[in-house]
Amino acid sequence: MDQQSQRYVLDFERPIAELERKIQELKNLAKREGIDLSEEIQRMENRLQKLEAETFLNLTPWQRVQLARHPLRPKTLSLVNMIFDEWMQLHGDRLYSDDQAIVGGFGRINAYRFVFIGHQKGESIKENLKRNFGMAHPEGYRKANRLMSLAERFGLPIISFIDTPGAYPGIEAEQRGQAEAIAANLEKMSHLKVPIIVVIIGEGGSGGALGIGVGDKVLMLENAIYSVISPEGCAAILWKDQTKVEEAAAALKLTAQDLLKLGIIDKIVPEPRGGAHRDIEKTANNIKEAILEEIKILSEISPEELVAKRKEKYRKMGKFRSNKDE
Amino acid sequence: MGWFERTYNRIKKGKKKIDVPDGLWTKCVNCSEIIYNKTLDDNLRVCPKCGYHFYIGARRRIEITLDKDSFVEYNSKIYSHNPLDFPGYEEKLKKGEQTTGLDEAVVIGEGKLGGKSVAIGVTDFGFMGGSMGSVVGERLTIIIERAIEKKLPLIIISGSGGGARMQEGVLSLMQMVKTSSAIAELKSKGGLYISVLTNPTMGGAMASFASRGDIIIAEPGALLGFAGPRVIMQTIKQQMPKNFQKAESLLEHGMVDLVVERPNIRPTLIKILNFLL
Repeated sequence: MDQQSQRYVLDFERPIAELERKIQELKNLAKREGIDLSEEIQRMENRLQKLEAETFLNLTPWQRVQLARHPLRPKTLSLVNMIFDEWMQLHGDRLYSDDQAIVGGFGRINAYRFVFIGHQKGESIKENLKRNFGMAHPEGYRKANRLMSLAERFGLPIISFIDTPGAYPGIEAEQRGQAEAIAANLEKMSHLKVPIIVVIIGEGGSGGALGIGVGDKVLMLENAIYSVISPEGCAAILWKDQTKVEEAAAALKLTAQDLLKLGIIDKIVPEPRGGAHRDIEKTANNIKEAILEEIKILSEISPEELVAKRKEKYRKMGKFRSNKDE
Repeated sequence: MGWFERTYNRIKKGKKKIDVPDGLWTKCVNCSEIIYNKTLDDNLRVCPKCGYHFYIGARRRIEITLDKDSFVEYNSKIYSHNPLDFPGYEEKLKKGEQTTGLDEAVVIGEGKLGGKSVAIGVTDFGFMGGSMGSVVGERLTIIIERAIEKKLPLIIISGSGGGARMQEGVLSLMQMVKTSSAIAELKSKGGLYISVLTNPTMGGAMASFASRGDIIIAEPGALLGFAGPRVIMQTIKQQMPKNFQKAESLLEHGMVDLVVERPNIRPTLIKILNFLL
């Protein structure tokens, strides 16, 4: 673990961090005193390996929520910068303003040209204030809408990065039609004539995530989450107790693993052990490979068939039974 | 002992409570007027004194909207179960059935309005807040598809304060896409969609089918929006402007075409249909 991530040790990572600290101490001691502790160090490193495997291979839904919200988790523009060979950002919804919580622009991987859109959380507190913690106003969704029209006109596929606690619940957002802006995007994305690949990279917060989250293929990072309501909100409603977040996180079936089983996402993109922030370059590379794999297939499909398939995919979404008293 | 604690009961309780049969009178939540229930019903459950619009269920709504006895319900034969094994969901469904007499939070079908055939869907706030899970999404999609197929104007009357149904997780979010996709299809084929918004319609319902009518009509005083007022208050920690998220405010901000009192909704719909079709 590097120094920066040590500042953000999650509660369930504490035993690991503690062991890492001890190993480092031993190493320092051995160096300082010139004694050979390699056997002891090796023994502890084996233990660390085992402990890490136990922890990170059996993450609970709530632990994944914590990883998905990790302050050091790579944000959209960091990934964009690593995924694309070249890229540029475009701004504004042409109606009101340039929402800093949703970004978009052009990007190229090899010979594939894309339009990208995505929620943008801040890398620091200062940037988060500017980015509104990745919570978009209607103008963010309308900027995305405008860029999608552009993509359609030039036959460019779209990559959408999802990472938001939700659409911003504020007075002005409501007055300018938050619900309408999201709904308009759902209509548009369901019928857009170019491929759409959605990558859920962190938090998929309800309608605010879905507002740029309709796609031919929906990929999801291993520790990302996607939920109809935050675990905190769910716990408050269900148990009138905001501390029951662990139960709520489990009940909501918000992990990539659960959502794959439910047929809501198409593919899980692996993260480095310990979470995407442990090796951002590797994470970006995994996403890039997954995108390339999908775009090869999607770019072969005619626009008409693409739209027909997408419509059919969402038409089938939902689980119910046909007998009342089953 | 506190300074002002009472040591004895000064207020004598009456020996016998006068029995008022339940459901004879209703106190207006807005102006506190005590209204005789029959009067309230005859007035389409609008307070005769202050004009407050009380909740009415989906069946009654259809009755007061469509031509007499013209409604034919479409029995989709699909019912909710508990796909996520969500705690307490079955009980919530059962309670919804008991309070509304419906088997889900939406009723769909065809009927006539001023003699013209229409496809109609009505969500019922009394059934789990009118929230949209798989069945509500599927039924609405079915009626939208029928409207496309039979070239009928589509009317959806929403009372969906519950938005996307929490108990079905992301499956509920997917219903937003499913209904929106069908609405987009209807529009692309030249169909007409009129959305009628009633108190309250929020969240996932508002962020999909409800806010995208070609024409949007709202009932006076209806709470309409994306985020609930409590969530907003917790986030911004300041007072809300007057009439915030009320139908009248949405009209002012250009989000709805008309705010129409309940008794006038039927004639307004007929007028629109006659003009456009």
